[in-house]
Amino acid sequence: MPAVQETIDQVKAIDVDQYKYGFVTEIESEKGAKGLSEETVRFLSAKKDEPEWMTEWRLDALRRFKTMLEPSWARVSYPDIDFDELYYWAAPKSVEGPKSLDEVDPELLATYEKLGIPLAEQEILAGVEPKNRVAVDAVFDSVSVVTTFKEELKKAGVIFCSISEAVREYPDLVKKYLGSVVPVTDNFYATLNSAVFSDGSFVYVPEGVRCPMELSTYFRINEQNTGQFERTLIIAEKGSYVSYLEGCTAPQRDENQLHAAVVELVALDDAEIKYSTVQNWYPGDKDGKGGIYNFVTKRGDCRGRNSKISWTQVETGSAITWKYPSCILRGDNSRGEFYSIAVSNGHQQVDSGTKMIHLGKNTSSRIISKGISAGVSQNTYRGLVSAHRKASNARNFTQCDSLLIGQDCGAHTVPYIESKNASAVFEHEATTSKISDDQMFYCLQRGLSEEEAVALIVNGFVKDVIQQLPMEFAVEAQKLISISLEGSVG
Amino acid sequence: MNANTTITHTQGETQLMARFETVREELAGSVSVDALRSAAAAQLRQAGLPHRRVEEYKYSDLRAFMKSAAPLATPSAAPDIEAALSALDSYGDLERHRIVIANGSYRAEFSDAAALAEDGVTVADFSAALTADDGAQLLATPRTAGQDGLLALNTAFVQGGVVVDVRAGTTVSKPIEIVHVATSEGAQVTRCRIAVGEGAGLRLLETFTGDMGSGELNAVFDYAVGDRAKLASTRLIAGAAAGPRLLTTIATIGADAEFKSLGFIAGPGFARNQQFVNFTGEHSDAKIYGVSMARGTSLADQTLIVDHAVPHCNSREYFKTVLDDSARGVYQGRINVAPHAQKTDGEMMTQALLLSEEAEMANKPELEIFADDVVCAHGATSGQIDEELLFYLRARGIPEDEAQTLLIMAFLSEAIEEFDEEDVTEVLEARVRDWLAVKN
Repeated sequence: MPAVQETIDQVKAIDVDQYKYGFVTEIESEKGAKGLSEETVRFLSAKKDEPEWMTEWRLDALRRFKTMLEPSWARVSYPDIDFDELYYWAAPKSVEGPKSLDEVDPELLATYEKLGIPLAEQEILAGVEPKNRVAVDAVFDSVSVVTTFKEELKKAGVIFCSISEAVREYPDLVKKYLGSVVPVTDNFYATLNSAVFSDGSFVYVPEGVRCPMELSTYFRINEQNTGQFERTLIIAEKGSYVSYLEGCTAPQRDENQLHAAVVELVALDDAEIKYSTVQNWYPGDKDGKGGIYNFVTKRGDCRGRNSKISWTQVETGSAITWKYPSCILRGDNSRGEFYSIAVSNGHQQVDSGTKMIHLGKNTSSRIISKGISAGVSQNTYRGLVSAHRKASNARNFTQCDSLLIGQDCGAHTVPYIESKNASAVFEHEATTSKISDDQMFYCLQRGLSEEEAVALIVNGFVKDVIQQLPMEFAVEAQKLISISLEGSVG
Repeated sequence: MNANTTITHTQGETQLMARFETVREELAGSVSVDALRSAAAAQLRQAGLPHRRVEEYKYSDLRAFMKSAAPLATPSAAPDIEAALSALDSYGDLERHRIVIANGSYRAEFSDAAALAEDGVTVADFSAALTADDGAQLLATPRTAGQDGLLALNTAFVQGGVVVDVRAGTTVSKPIEIVHVATSEGAQVTRCRIAVGEGAGLRLLETFTGDMGSGELNAVFDYAVGDRAKLASTRLIAGAAAGPRLLTTIATIGADAEFKSLGFIAGPGFARNQQFVNFTGEHSDAKIYGVSMARGTSLADQTLIVDHAVPHCNSREYFKTVLDDSARGVYQGRINVAPHAQKTDGEMMTQALLLSEEAEMANKPELEIFADDVVCAHGATSGQIDEELLFYLRARGIPEDEAQTLLIMAFLSEAIEEFDEEDVTEVLEARVRDWLAVKN
């Protein structure tokens, strides 16, 4: 059945020509030389004042990158990217090294204000603890502009800073964990990122600490012809907990821009990491001109026993999304979760999903994915669930639904389910057939019409996904909440 | 990625190419057929045998399996065929017509062509048909198959087979059994074209017997189901084989037609049953079932693409797999819904039961949807026998072995019974029991 009107309206409200964050910040900016070469890498590394080992690490990645071929298996198409026509470094001139809030260029503060991300640390008023405080790391093009609440976090033992700072200040931690989840040569874009990554966040939560506030990073691409290469590394020591949010926007430009990120999460024994993304990169105009190419490798490693990693993503932006936040469930009893809503409009192309790799005993995972495509967009769910020989009693439940609005879009599902252990139980299904008769009967009994009942049940379900988002992003996700998936196909 | 690189050929590939040069002159076909064969051989030379880097063969690496390629089988002697047929125990005493293809060639003297003619069915030799001016059209490949390696291998080497035509409006009184007989070692490459005329009805049984040694079986069944026609086909892949058994179905379904098929894999070794089902007329139904049972180090691969190119068609795909020892099961299914193929109703389910620690199952139920007013669902499960069910039965005094058998039977029967071809169902369920009995 076709989508209901309410859904159509909701999706229209976030159509590509409704993009709100397309403004450009007029700020004097410094760029590195164009092109991808050893000089670029050395320049970048020098700019960041990196130690020799880091420079070598990058150069090694660059050499390997030169031998790799761009992957073509995803259901996305775009003209060849000329990596020598890109700038790999762009930073506002006013940013030189870490700053305190007072020193940040007011123009930048205004930009973030406009994006709805106040960077000022809220004062504690008359001893009243403000609720839901969020520490923000603001990344503008290639550099981190400011990180808030750093001192307060430090008191709790939590390290929250830009990755560039971490390379200088905490080399041992970085050396130990960087590239340990996503190896340098993991894939084409991860290798590129390893060579030229610019900035991103570094989080270290020590043993037994529950991070006192939400951490977040806000990525903004401003410059033209610039690639942004985010690198984020989060380490949760034994028994710790951290919730991390990520948001992204970019100005409206006619050229396509590249965002190739690598995010690595490490959860040790009994630790939990919750990672949420609201991805709202510029999606291109209604004719498919411009927009961000979002080629991202995100992976979490449940290294310890009883650890847990949960990915939640709301994807509405980008011209092309190529992104598979994954969990390696290495520790016994570890758990991975993936909740996703991906809405594609206009000419957007989304190829996204997750990988749940069960290695340890009694590991469990859950995948809930909702794809909505409208306009002439293509929306693909691509996922892997695998249980290795030793993953006794692994459990997976997957539900991935898609909804099409209009006749010119496409929705595709490509699940890979590989079981190499007899005691692993995997279930994969689609919702339309899953609204249970019992639930329907219950609602009808209470006087709801059939359509209302379906809406109630299905919407209740989408809310489940949204509720995984921390409060701060719920607002951005709000407009998606009421989207009914009635009429969805498997 | 299909980068244009020259590949290093394996021994199997080298032998296949040498085989082509050897037999090329002897293979039947018009000039245009010969051109198709050469093009297919060139494809093999360029791309090699399908391997795990080719998405459709990710889990069934034929290149790794076919370490060597046997020569094509030479014609069978009549007494050998007779002996093989008398030993054949495919459907017991089920009343049926028989068509015999021995060592790759149609053998009219062992087939019931005369009786079939009375029943409104004509049977012709495929290799003879290939020599006709329009012979090349018999080797057409469906769009959804792309550059499929098995089809290319078939085109290059096809020895013979049959062209069966069911006259419009005729419901054939008895099922037709097409028996592939191997009387000596060597590869068999065949193709059968089955056209079910408008409003006609046919039940088809496909069986394979005999020892081909390390030779491969590569058989293509090309069904054309006319408007308002009905075709039910049962494919039984059983018995020992050292070489790979590679089966391909191409089904083209007209309007208001019904197509039903069951692919039953119970044999050891490397077996792949791939199907390309294409709707070309509206308001048609396709029901595609599969049962795979594998033990030892066998591989049972069921692959299919159902192409809903037109509106208002329904398809159901139900596949069951039981794996023991270190056997591997593969299910790759895709439902395509073309733009404007509105009101499509597709439902795909694949379920696997793993009986041992080492067994492996790969499920890949795909949907590719370009129309907004459709209902498509898919599901996949894999796991072991439910302990609670087992306990329930044992608590009622049923010994463990028997309880297991009962549960496995029940699991597989869901697909076999849905297929709903009564006499065939019984035969197949007996086969399942035999297979399970080996274990116990």
